[in-house]
Amino acid sequence: MVKIDKASNVTKQPSQSLIQRLLLAAVAVASLAGVGSAALSVTGAGATFPYPMYSKWFNEYHKLHGDIEFNYQSIGSGGGIKQVTEGTVDFGASDGPMNDEQLQAFKAKRGCEALHFPTVLGADVPTYNIRGVTVDLNFTPEALAGIFLGKITKWNDPEIAKANPNVKLPNTDLIVVHRSDGSGTTYVWVDYLSKISPEWKSKVGVGTSVNWPVGLGGKGNEGVSGLVKQTENSVGYVELVYAIQNKLPYGQVKNLSGNFVKAELASVTAAAAGAAANMPADFRVSITNAPGKSAYPISSFTWLLVPSKISDASKKKAIVDFLHWMVGPGQKFAGDLAYAELPKQVAAQEEKAISKIQ
Amino acid sequence: MTTASAVNKSALPPGRAQAFLKRLQAGEELAHAMAGTAAGAIFVITALVLYELITQSTLARQKFGWHFLFSSTWNPVTGDFGALPFIYGTVVTSILALLIAVPLGVGAATFLSELAPAKVSNALTFLIELLAAVPSVIYGLLGIFVLVPILQHSVVPALKAVLGALPIFAGAFYGVSYFSAGIILSVMILPFIISVSREVLLSVPRDQRDASLALGATHWQTTWRVVIPYASKGIMGSIFLALARALGETMAVTMVIGNTPQIKASLLAPGYSIAAVIANEFTEATGDLYLSALIELALVLFGVTFVLNGLARIMIMATGTKGTH
Repeated sequence: MVKIDKASNVTKQPSQSLIQRLLLAAVAVASLAGVGSAALSVTGAGATFPYPMYSKWFNEYHKLHGDIEFNYQSIGSGGGIKQVTEGTVDFGASDGPMNDEQLQAFKAKRGCEALHFPTVLGADVPTYNIRGVTVDLNFTPEALAGIFLGKITKWNDPEIAKANPNVKLPNTDLIVVHRSDGSGTTYVWVDYLSKISPEWKSKVGVGTSVNWPVGLGGKGNEGVSGLVKQTENSVGYVELVYAIQNKLPYGQVKNLSGNFVKAELASVTAAAAGAAANMPADFRVSITNAPGKSAYPISSFTWLLVPSKISDASKKKAIVDFLHWMVGPGQKFAGDLAYAELPKQVAAQEEKAISKIQ
Repeated sequence: MTTASAVNKSALPPGRAQAFLKRLQAGEELAHAMAGTAAGAIFVITALVLYELITQSTLARQKFGWHFLFSSTWNPVTGDFGALPFIYGTVVTSILALLIAVPLGVGAATFLSELAPAKVSNALTFLIELLAAVPSVIYGLLGIFVLVPILQHSVVPALKAVLGALPIFAGAFYGVSYFSAGIILSVMILPFIISVSREVLLSVPRDQRDASLALGATHWQTTWRVVIPYASKGIMGSIFLALARALGETMAVTMVIGNTPQIKASLLAPGYSIAAVIANEFTEATGDLYLSALIELALVLFGVTFVLNGLARIMIMATGTKGTH
């Protein structure tokens, strides 16, 4: 029989109780820490083109409001539209406005409207690689349409030559490069081509992916510029921001007023200002081939897509405050990153539209 | 003690019950069950993938039917989709990759297992297995920045000078093409063929080689007529593995194939493959029919893999394997 010593039963080991107390303290601290850093997280997803801009904005905004964190995933405009319709993210972003079918689907799924808020402007530029040509070429709308339809096959074609009288264009085959992945960049390019070429409009049409009559496909802006750099006598289209940051040579395009304009921040903003006069209330407008003597014709807005009813009050406040900041003080960050700012008229209209968010 | 347990398990005869308990205690049943579950899980996962592919592609299958497999149009704007250019590109690039990689791979494996000293063999094998770990995107970048310029400036002009009359080398070469994609794919599948074949060749029993040498065969005759045929099943297995990787390879292919949905006899023309088009267009595919068509393409890839593997196996059975155990 074993005798149980009452004394030894009562006294625990000193180290045991210390360990227990330390554990309890650690758990308490951990839970408090969790409570303290409970930042409000707002998620968005969509277009890749404005990603550097949004990234900078969300970073700057977080510095001003440390308790709000915006999280943006650049999965593509189509992905952004899909996810905001499904409700997986709080807001979406797209380089092309939602079409009527997508708006209907959004309304059916989410029970409210999809509001479009233009954020910055982008532009597509024709970049090329021709042996012996180091100057900026002039492209007429007819030349661009002919090239991408596959009708203009040589660099010294009269359509290109007559706009460039002082340039010696070689008698070589022209190789077209386009995007292989669906993208807002493509959307802007084909939207412009559809406006200036009825043949393009009927034969190919507009979309983030189209059935290109000719050309090699490169993945992303980097794919297109890579192919153009490596393939002599080739021409492709890339985003203006990308061309500036990677110092790619690009040509000038003839605008509606008949001037050959080089894409720059000022000429892109001028295109938007030209279209601001007839801006529809929902901001879903295409500003390609815009009027204005210094307007660059292949420009586009890029939009944030926000549901008109947001049930979570704190998220709604965060998004509304951010939008007000974005059209005001936020615009000054655009220039450094080579994005064109919204023209003042559009920004003013947007300020009023933000109140539509319930 | 025995009477008590016999009463409890009155349904089974005492001998079998005890044997069962013994196996359970030794872990036999458990081991069988775990192995069976693992194998079953693979079947279940494959079946689930197939199920998802079939259900999600219903819209496109109903709209296009079998015409999908023979149509060459891919038009997202009008909603007209056809898989033929992609099937062609996938098959052509994979077969080209195999044609290049199999002789090189089996040759290298033979060298590493039979002819090289052990130290050299181990060091080289380590390096080759590192090749298998390189991500696909890196191969793509290597392809577009290193391989394509070399092909454009040196290899293809020479090739065209000699073989330019052949239809497979006709036409202009822009760098991105089936040819470049096939070469990059062959580099990617080489490590699989080499490492598996080398293991298989090393595992050929010593006495097979000794018997052959004893009968008066040379080292090379032994290797070619005894060792390799003995290991042929394993080598075939490595080739199937390599083929599966080649068929599904995405990023490297999309960066060097030119992404043009067309069917051309010339290897120097740009093309497209199933995995490449899915990777390129899936994220931006708005519209149910578009998405459904892309998923049907994935289902077609499943089918193409199945068919190619089946054909390869039939070819092996038809040619027969002489001199194996």
